[in-house]
This record gives sequence, C-alpha cells and structure tokens, in this order.
Amino acid sequence: MVLVLVEQSGGKADPTSLQALTLARSFGQPVHALLIGSATDLSEHGVTVAHVAEHVALGAYAPDAWAAILNQLAVQLNASAVLAAGTDRGNEVMARFAARTMLPLAANCTSVSPGPPVTVTRLRWGGSLLEEARLNSERPLITVAPHVVAIEPSSMPGDVEPFAPELSEKDLLVRVVEHVPAPVGGVSLTEAKVVVSGGRGVGSKEGFAIIEELAGLLGAAVGCSRAVTSAGWRPHTDQVGQTGTKVAPEVYIACGISGATQHMAGLKGAKRILAINSDAQAPMMLNADYAVVGDLKEIVPAISAEIRKVK
Amino acid sequence: MKVLATIKRVPITGGRILLTEDSRAIDTRHLGFTMSPHEECGVEEAVRIIEAGGGDSVVLTLGPPEAVEQLRDAMALGIDRAIHIQTDGSEWDGEATAVAITDAIRAAEAASGPFDLIFFGNESADSGGFQVGARVAHALGRPFVTGLKRVVVDGASVRCEQEVEGGRDVYVVPLPAVLTVKEGLNLPRYPSVPGRMRAGRKPVAVSTPATPEPRLELVRLVVPAGQGRQAEVLGVGAAAAPAVVEMLRKAGVL
Repeated sequence: MVLVLVEQSGGKADPTSLQALTLARSFGQPVHALLIGSATDLSEHGVTVAHVAEHVALGAYAPDAWAAILNQLAVQLNASAVLAAGTDRGNEVMARFAARTMLPLAANCTSVSPGPPVTVTRLRWGGSLLEEARLNSERPLITVAPHVVAIEPSSMPGDVEPFAPELSEKDLLVRVVEHVPAPVGGVSLTEAKVVVSGGRGVGSKEGFAIIEELAGLLGAAVGCSRAVTSAGWRPHTDQVGQTGTKVAPEVYIACGISGATQHMAGLKGAKRILAINSDAQAPMMLNADYAVVGDLKEIVPAISAEIRKVK
Repeated sequence: MKVLATIKRVPITGGRILLTEDSRAIDTRHLGFTMSPHEECGVEEAVRIIEAGGGDSVVLTLGPPEAVEQLRDAMALGIDRAIHIQTDGSEWDGEATAVAITDAIRAAEAASGPFDLIFFGNESADSGGFQVGARVAHALGRPFVTGLKRVVVDGASVRCEQEVEGGRDVYVVPLPAVLTVKEGLNLPRYPSVPGRMRAGRKPVAVSTPATPEPRLELVRLVVPAGQGRQAEVLGVGAAAAPAVVEMLRKAGVL
C-alpha cells in the first residue's frame, strides 16, 4: 500500500492533497491516507483506509511531530511509498521524515511510474525545467507539485481508523506559538483578476506611479519583477516569480519586464499575458499572448486615458 | 555569536533554458552565475547579526572549484571566512549534499566551536529539493524551522516568522538552531569595492570528499512545452491603447 499525508483546512481536504491522492494511484496499490487531528470525507478519492492521528499535543502545528507520525504509520503499515502535497508544509514534513529515515526524497513531482526502480518527473527552476529521475529506494518519498495533476475522483467506501502516535518532547519542540494575521487592505496578488506588473524598464521607484494608476483603474494588484525588489523600488511582497508570489489572473500586464525564467515561473497560472516592452525580441514578448512594442512611459498612460474615456 | 550561511552556485538562466547535448545539464557556456536568491538573504542576515552583536560569520558551499566566486561574493558582503566542499561539478542529490555539509560543519565546530545559527535557503533555485537543511539539522540534533521571512535572536532563543496563508506563523526555538530562509527576509546589500578587496584576502578552507552514488538519480532534463509562444502584436506605442482596451474588454476584466 501507498500512504499519503492529507492536509486539510476548515474541515475539508486541501485540493493539493487530493491531487497527491490521484497521483498515488499511479502505483496500482491500495492508497491509505493520514489525517492529523481530525477526520474529513475522502470517500470520493480512492482511499482504502483513512488513519486519523489523535494526540493531545496536536492542537498547534508541530512539523517534527507530523514527521514522527508519518514515520510510525508508514512502518506499521509497511508502506511501499509515502506521498504528500508539494506545499510548504508537505515539503517540510517530508524533508524531516526523509532526514529521520535516511531515505531519498523527490520533491514536486508531476508524474510517477512504479518501476522498479520508481521513476518520477519533477519540477526544477520553479517549473521552468523538468527532470526525469530514478528514485533508488526501498520506500520512495515523493511530494506532488501543486496544481499540475488533475484530481480524478474515485468512489471508495473506505474505513476510518484512529491512530495513536507516540510523540516525544523533542518532536514537539518546534511548534507554532503564535499566528500574526496579515494586514488587510489592497488587492491581493494571489487573488487579483488583473495584475499590472513593472520591471527594470519602469526605471525608478517613482516610475511606478503610472503602473499604480492603471492598476487602480482596473481594480488590479500591482506586481513587479525581482530586479525591481532588488533595487528597493518595491517591497518583496509585490514580487511575482519563482522566489516571489505565484499569480493566476485573467490578465497579466507586464510592463518593461524582460521575462527571465525566474519571473515566468510565477506566471504559469495567468490566463492571458500582455507584454509592453521597447524590445520586441525580449523573452517576455515572445512568451506573451499580446504584445505592444514601445516606450511604456507613453503606452501605460495612454491605456489609462483610453479606459477613462470608455468608462 | 557564530553564524553559518550556506549557499549554492547556480546559473543565471535568462529568458530561455538551453540544455547540453546529452540533456543532463543546462548549457551554461554563455551564462553567468550567482548564489540562489533565498541564500543571498541568509548571507545578509548572518552579516547583520554579527554586525549587531559581534562574533564570527562563515559561508559554506558544496560545488565545483568555480563556486569560490560565490564564496568571495558572500565575503564581499561582510562574511569573515569560507568553507568550500569541492566537487567535480557533477549532480549531488540532497541526501549526499547534506551528509557532506554535516561532516564539514562537524569539522569546523570541532576546530572553532559550535555555530549558534545555521542558515540554509528554503530550496535551491535550480534543483529545488527542499531537504538539505532538514537533513543537516536532524543529523546535528538541532531544532529546525523553515521558510522564514523574519528572524530575531533574543538571548538564548530565536523568534522565527514564517509566511503562511492569511499571515505569519511564529516559532520560538532555543539556540543552536538550523533555519531556512526565503527571499524577502531582508534586502541584501550590494558589495562595496573595499568589501570586494577584503574578500580576496579572506580564508577559504577546501575539502574534497569522494563523489557519492546518488539515490535520487537524474536521468535527463526536459524543457517544458509552451516556451516560445507567438504573441499577437496589438500595436506600436501609445496608438495601441484602443486595441489594449478592446482586449481587456474581451477578457471580461473591464
């Protein structure tokens, strides 16, 4: 059997974990799920047994405790592979699990074939490059790249069983002691329907006034490239890309952005990309759906003026 | 305080990734190199902690002989000395990397005392394995916190802030600890000319462990489809504005 760590929030399994459950079926073996703290309905996701770990200390997230539980259950069930979603939590819990067991770990996989040896395809460079790899291991550990695998429902009236882990003081040393809510206000980059983004071509911190004006007219979030945050023109919270925020708007407007792979890795979810650039051969222009060639300092205010005219 | 920052030399890929003929590596013949972005913030944080409270800062990398360039870059930002685990440039998996780094840390600590803090990047820019820090922390038996956007040393403990949906989760762990950081933790400084001059004279300790057999074994690399789309040119200059507005309207966002 294959064991999958299922993350949940608000009483529902996270879509990224359901994607992991779908990929886990590639092994052609029964799939068991580990839920931490409370049960959730997985009957449409091909789970033979859902194991619900319960422990008094599991109120606050404690990643070493999660890794300990995953390990104890994997050993008890003699799991032939263990998977989790390639989320921040999934990746860190699996890394801690891999460290405890001295097993290799393949992070952010997009496909798996059971082998032997197990082979995987995984993301490198934030998805700008794919790696095909062999996982030479008696118990392959795999995280599944978020939002790449389509969830395939599979009805299975599975069992739900409680699991009582043994946790040491050391397993609970690293735990969340406080949550600081994000300040509210503004349009969130991750949820914006339109993002107006500026790159090095904007020229200066002050140059972003025309970007902000256009964003305001469109109800859009303002984004930027890494060159801009490195120069200190915008805060890192505005950065779109591999080491910034991943966005998924209806329209992404890239103004004066060259389109390095670092930036493009944040745009994979964008439905349409409009590039505005003085260099018609910039990678951004070649990877966009629409392009306007010329000086963004003239073009962006002209678009704002045109929107005012038609509004 | 003694602080260690680990870094990885990675190519600056630019707009389009080209592979070598055997598809097992990126063709880097025409590319520059840098340290992974998250790690640059780890280096900056190490420098700031030592500037504020005094002590010793060290940078460590595992990589080919040329990776000494990135060690010098870190020392130009203010790091005191470097440890270079030299490889022949072949791909080491996360497990083998962690074993070699753990050995190097143990040797350094035996010679000059334990590191209070060890910084890793949350994941490397190129292979994105998400595991070296966790393996080293476990081998050393130290608390480990990931993905940090803020780090505050307070006496014998460190407050760690991790960005999560809807805000930040806070952890407080005792020193010594191993932390992974993300870009945005700080804004790394540019190296000064005197900083670069000093960096050239700072010591680099070199070791050359044997090349291990990877258990996560790279077979080949593939550039995903979808690169090199043909864009529809809506116009040139300000005259394109009406066509842009028309496109926005069709997209249903206006």
